[in-house]
Amino acid sequence: MSAASVIKAPVIQARELEVFYSTSQILFGVDLDVLEGQTVALLGRNGAGKSTTMKAIAGLAPPRRGSVRLNGLELTGRRPDVAARAGLGYVPEDRQIFPDHTVEDNLLIARKKGPGGRMDWPLDRLFETFPLLHPLRKRIARRLSGGEQQLVAIARALAGNPIALLLDEPSEGLAPIIVQRIAETLHKLRAEGLTILIAEQNMHFCLGIASHALVIDKGQIVYRDTIQGLKANEDVRRRYLAM
Amino acid sequence: MRALSFSRALALAAIVLGLLFALLSTTANHALMDFVIRLASLAIFATSLNLLAGYGGMVSFGHGMFYGFGAYFFALTMQRAGVSIPVAIVASILGSALLAAIVGVICVRLKEIYFSFVTLAFQMLIHATILAAMPLTGGDQGLRGGVPRPPFLGLNLSNQKQLCMFSAFLLIVCLFAMHHVVSSPFGATLRMTRDNADRAAYLGIAVDRVRLKAFIIAAVFASIGGLLQALFVSGAYPDFAYWTVSGEGIFVIMLGGTTTFLGPLLGSVLMLLLNDFVSRFTEYHGLALGSVILVVALGLRKGVGDFVVDWLSARSEADASERTKTTEAAS
Repeated sequence: MSAASVIKAPVIQARELEVFYSTSQILFGVDLDVLEGQTVALLGRNGAGKSTTMKAIAGLAPPRRGSVRLNGLELTGRRPDVAARAGLGYVPEDRQIFPDHTVEDNLLIARKKGPGGRMDWPLDRLFETFPLLHPLRKRIARRLSGGEQQLVAIARALAGNPIALLLDEPSEGLAPIIVQRIAETLHKLRAEGLTILIAEQNMHFCLGIASHALVIDKGQIVYRDTIQGLKANEDVRRRYLAM
Repeated sequence: MRALSFSRALALAAIVLGLLFALLSTTANHALMDFVIRLASLAIFATSLNLLAGYGGMVSFGHGMFYGFGAYFFALTMQRAGVSIPVAIVASILGSALLAAIVGVICVRLKEIYFSFVTLAFQMLIHATILAAMPLTGGDQGLRGGVPRPPFLGLNLSNQKQLCMFSAFLLIVCLFAMHHVVSSPFGATLRMTRDNADRAAYLGIAVDRVRLKAFIIAAVFASIGGLLQALFVSGAYPDFAYWTVSGEGIFVIMLGGTTTFLGPLLGSVLMLLLNDFVSRFTEYHGLALGSVILVVALGLRKGVGDFVVDWLSARSEADASERTKTTEAAS
């Protein structure tokens, strides 16, 4: 990864992130890079700091120290809406769809031009990429299954035409069959060349999607490798990921 | 909830105005005319507070500062600048928008109770300033010497009947305008920031800017309520800017309900009726009003307007399921 970063500038770059929730420190200097077109998995147990890292990058948990850059643009200390307009798409852990609105309205609400006025994801392309949602587009979002709601949350993030996507535990609490569908969708997005950072507990979910893996524990990145390297490294997996 | 279509609401408003005009042409009932003017003032104020608190989730304890400011600004402009009433109204709107922009920039960043208390602090600051600025405002004596009401466009607001019609008209215009605000995309965005500010933010909405705009819009309408009061009493008093005005606004929207647009209007009617009725019998009308709000808050657990709307929709749903049952039974 370090060799590659000389050639390509990272789209998402975090340096020495330290985040506190009031007086308790959650992140102790997180460094990470996601290069253009890369899909990186941020793996770790519950409470390791995955969600906080995602929130810190999205501007929802402002770091006390450290910096966040998106495509070289300094985002540290900026509001989440600035990060969003700069091209960061965020999919929260609890999905936060608009429950009283239709699927289509959920996507339309989030529609905005990406950086440089790009409109990569018009509605019809979203439905093309998320064929499961197409027949549900007039359905009230509350009535969807958890997996379908997760797809809505991902599609909603894309509707804002981001250059990078942050996915916080997209497989959490979902049935294996729908987890497979979400993995397929993310695989498609990866093939589109989108830059993606996924926070996950479930390494197997990320195997087919991510190229690289970061393992976070107690608020620090403790391991960096390709996802295949992590798969082969039983010691690291047992120490930091075993449940 | 069934929303009134725009054309129907317009027709209804025209009918109400027509009825009021007919009523006033046959009898010169001063109590009724007073009631309509006070209602217009209170209802514009309360609806504007609901725009902020109900639709924006910003429960201001200091909204009355704009009511008082509007009254003073308008009365002083009329007294000192010698302009016509519409010009003074526009000036008051601009003045309170400016004040709201300054106060709002500080307040809208704050959440929940902090927002409430800082708005309250600003209200007391405005109130204290009015008391202190003796030469300008007359201090605790209030602004005396009367508010000149030169005729404009054939309207003479010194005539109580015409002031009454003007107030009713202004109330309706303000209600339409505020309804337009809450049903516009801006209103939807405002509710979105109320429901989940983080979600709105990561979808790209500058939350504080939306909140500030709502704060300014609500303040402008509150000031219109205040200037109507100044026109009515032909003066302005420090009480108009006291925190109890804000409290009364909260009381009214709790009484009428915050989930329906017209809840505060209903609350204003109830409030004024209660006030007039109770104070006829006892000077402890606060005790009676307090009891009523307790019954509404603890008994209904929502405003009267919310209660009526919920009851109507529950009944129509029951009707619908009844009908499906009978058709099922028939088939």
